[in-house]
Amino acid sequence: MKLRHLQAVFIARNREFWRDRAALAWNILFPVLLIAGFAYGFSDNPNPDKVGLYGAPQSRISFLESPYIQVIPTTDLEQSITKIERHQLDLLIDASTETYWVNEDSSKGYFLEHALNGLDPGRFSRQPVTGQEIRYIDWVIPGILGMNIMFSALFGIGYVIVRYRKNGVLKRLKATPLSALEFLMAQLGSRLWLILVVNAAVFIGGNFFVDFRMYGSYLDLLLVFTLGAMSLISMGLMVAARTSSEELAGGLLNLISWPMMFLSGVWFSLEGLHPWVQKISQIFPLTHTINAARSIMIDGASLLQLMPELITLLLMTSLFLFIGSLSFRWE
Amino acid sequence: MTSPTILQVEDLHKSFGQVHAVRGINFEVPKGICLGLLGHNGAGKTTTVEMLEGITEADSGSILYKGEQLGKRLRNEAGIMFQHTALQEFITVRETLQMFARLYPESMPMEDLIRNFRLEELLGRETKRLSGGQRQRLLLAIALINNPDIVFLDEPTTGLDPHARRDFWSLIEKIKQQGKTILLTTHYMEEAYALCDQIIIMDTGKIIARGTPNDLLRQHFNDVVMTLPWVQVPEALQQQPNIYRNREMAEILTSNVDEVIRMLQTADVPLADLRVRERTLEDLFLTLTRNHAA
Repeated sequence: MKLRHLQAVFIARNREFWRDRAALAWNILFPVLLIAGFAYGFSDNPNPDKVGLYGAPQSRISFLESPYIQVIPTTDLEQSITKIERHQLDLLIDASTETYWVNEDSSKGYFLEHALNGLDPGRFSRQPVTGQEIRYIDWVIPGILGMNIMFSALFGIGYVIVRYRKNGVLKRLKATPLSALEFLMAQLGSRLWLILVVNAAVFIGGNFFVDFRMYGSYLDLLLVFTLGAMSLISMGLMVAARTSSEELAGGLLNLISWPMMFLSGVWFSLEGLHPWVQKISQIFPLTHTINAARSIMIDGASLLQLMPELITLLLMTSLFLFIGSLSFRWE
Repeated sequence: MTSPTILQVEDLHKSFGQVHAVRGINFEVPKGICLGLLGHNGAGKTTTVEMLEGITEADSGSILYKGEQLGKRLRNEAGIMFQHTALQEFITVRETLQMFARLYPESMPMEDLIRNFRLEELLGRETKRLSGGQRQRLLLAIALINNPDIVFLDEPTTGLDPHARRDFWSLIEKIKQQGKTILLTTHYMEEAYALCDQIIIMDTGKIIARGTPNDLLRQHFNDVVMTLPWVQVPEALQQQPNIYRNREMAEILTSNVDEVIRMLQTADVPLADLRVRERTLEDLFLTLTRNHAA
């Protein structure tokens, strides 16, 4: 592989992308507008009061019979306490030890605590916690960033290569000493760096509208998005490897991207869905990208904790690239 | 003295499904000549050229470039201008030249190319904004960017206006003067006559004639064409086997001009509009391809 060849095609593709103003504007504006729309749409919190219940009660708890609360049974006390810290739960009751946890920064927690002590006076001991609220918008931002990467990677690569093949650009390049692998790597490199730059702009633009949470390392997040983008670009290369019809490519890319968008946890948590759906979601690189990004942004997770996701993304990238370069044809 | 052979083609075959596009052709291309490949649409010209370029793989037969199987050497040393080529959008002429230059181990000095193909005024223009002639000049410059030993030009002037076509011919003449081998496919017989040292005529995937244009004309014709308006030819003469109607004109094929003039004078035909022309490559092409089809 010659660096000079890679560089030539990489630079040309970058220029093509940056000068296509309409496409560039759409790539940046669409996700920023989506984030702004979500921030506005979810500015009121219509969720019911959520009370986590750990352990089996020794006797009847009157408070839990209230029709105005949603009781969510839990088996992981530590994780539930974290949810209290992030306002994902408003109150947590350990029925076995008759203890409750409440976030002192939560207005809902304040009222629920008073209701609990009013209906079951003196029965539960108090464990106060603090922590800022994790809003839906904080939760959905990694999903939107991941979705933006997915569309940009799949369609940006898939359509471009199919168009190049259809109008003869690839045939012209085939007549030069450029190899297929060099061409594919240049496309991957060019699209990767463009995605990262555009996503950084979306991140900054989104943060302008919504001051979303970011507890982890920016470098770790960059690495996750880099691996996620590489796997999705490779998937786009694989789809475009032999296709010469833009209509067919569009159909295939839609066939991949829409289920991936709905089953990778972009908009809603996969917890509670049928186990088979959760299993299927694991075949999508977007699922691993979003899970890892969410863990960094919301939970402040370290790379070590995300190793399974990172390794999966690397393996997927290698597999898709291998299949893509084996099946690639210039014409 | 015979020039060394740059390309050697033996028993080349290529089919696309049921269509046998190229049917066992053999020829050699001496170094430094301009070889024209002529034929109807679907005669197998482009398939043949693309096999020689290494773009399409032959079903059977062999192609040797400088005595070697096609491969990296040809890709480095060949310049190619396809019949239909798109260039990347939003890229300027200068950037396109720079990109292609980087793909080859050696390239022509950029300024020479720009001057030779008169691209100075176009350097900052995006390729999609070029006119047909400007675009062809750029594509030819790209084909020459690696200072190739052999240049493949597949119908390079199709769609150009007569001025742009003549302009393009002068560029091909310049390439010839540099001693490069050119393989040119074209539909235009006057183009082949003006530019090619040798021609090959193909029909239904086979070679049906090969030689220099003048040799082929001499081999196949010993007559000239005399023309005059069809309405001036008396009905009795219109039936003669060597007189044909071509639109509003009568074409009389003869090897004896004096005899025809005497015949016309005898029939009181006015001679003011009578013209005499030599046989052309187009006549040869039509005759050979018609005979072959028959």
